[in-house]
Amino acid sequence: MYDGAVQDLIDELGRLPGVGPKSAQRIAFHILSADPADVEALATALRTVKEKVHFCAICGNIAESDTCRVCADPRRDTAIICVVEEPKDVIAIEKTREFRGRYHVLGGSINPIEGVGPDDLRIRELMQRLSDSTIAEVILATDPNLEGEATATYLARTIAPLGIAVSRLASGLPVGGDLEYADEVTLGRAFQGRRRLD
Amino acid sequence: MAVYRDEGVVLRTQKLGEADRIITLLTRGRGRIRAVARGVRKTTSRIGARLEPFSHVDIQLYKGRSLDNVTQVETIEALGGQMSDDYPRWTAGNVMVETAERLTPEEREPAVQQYALLVSGLRSLAHREHEPTLILDAFLLRSLAIAGWSPSFGDCARCGADGPHRAFHIGAGGMVCPECRPPGSATPSPMTVALLGALLSGDWNTAEETEARERREASGLVAAFVQWHLERDLRSLPLVQRA
Repeated sequence: MYDGAVQDLIDELGRLPGVGPKSAQRIAFHILSADPADVEALATALRTVKEKVHFCAICGNIAESDTCRVCADPRRDTAIICVVEEPKDVIAIEKTREFRGRYHVLGGSINPIEGVGPDDLRIRELMQRLSDSTIAEVILATDPNLEGEATATYLARTIAPLGIAVSRLASGLPVGGDLEYADEVTLGRAFQGRRRLD
Repeated sequence: MAVYRDEGVVLRTQKLGEADRIITLLTRGRGRIRAVARGVRKTTSRIGARLEPFSHVDIQLYKGRSLDNVTQVETIEALGGQMSDDYPRWTAGNVMVETAERLTPEEREPAVQQYALLVSGLRSLAHREHEPTLILDAFLLRSLAIAGWSPSFGDCARCGADGPHRAFHIGAGGMVCPECRPPGSATPSPMTVALLGALLSGDWNTAEETEARERREASGLVAAFVQWHLERDLRSLPLVQRA
């Protein structure tokens, strides 16, 4: 199609998630006509992210030093660990400002059909962290889908012998929605997890 | 616009783009189909929860160019929700849906018997009717039988000589008489062979009376038999948690 460098750029961009051949072509021509300083800034950002960012030695979250921002913060409660699937979930929970403990990122969920078992996740590292007697509670915040629920079930069973309190995030009706539009599975969960108003 | 409606079981889901999923279903009328469900990963989606793996659904789709599109879904029974809180059952269910997918290699080729077997197998698992590994082994033997690979646990699989026999050989297709016995045949205990026969025929009283040792031996033979016929390993099988 195009010659040399332009086609190479289109091919590379086309490998990104959600970028089709047409979008790749549009982005490539935008880069071609953009200010050289802006393009340099993009290239530097791409290079830096691969060089500097790695995974936190304690929780598995993304970090620019050995430990992530949350694990390095002495004000965080060390007695509670919130278990999530991906680093993106840490950001989502941080936005709520409801949780002051620390995290543990599993790196996915158990998915037998895709060949992902408990040994492929950071469960062993979690169990090592839980051997510390200061930990009083583990909150399981895996996704509210079938794989996430089954992963939470597996973890709850594995943690139970340690005598640490295990809780699971509630699931139910989204705030701002109408009850009549809720699906029966979610509504059923909302009933199971109802709370008493005293 | 070609809209159609069918009844099916969700075998697996794969993420697509920002908020969509590709749903693989085994349907009553059209066999295995793959369809796009748009926006189901958003928390506001009304049909996302209905399209989880193991869900038995009444579904409406319209034909697309490569993949069909899901327009409406009603739950017949959310079998997955009843399994995810029991890890051994959930892992057994995963093997069942993976096997069903592998035994229906052609899309849109009706597979009514496989469909009926999968629905009844998943229901039995979700309703905790028997031990999960017994249900799984019964399902695997019967789904292979529907596919044309019915093992013989009585008469000799090669010459048809009246059983019972002592040797079992996967390649020969089950139990074999002393004359037909190929080298490398296994010699399972008579109770294990009785268990395998009971699982294939649906004799649950006999199956329930067996001990853990025979169930373990039977599961090993079933797993080897399935892998041999499917030619490629079932990814979910090593992850089954046995009680």
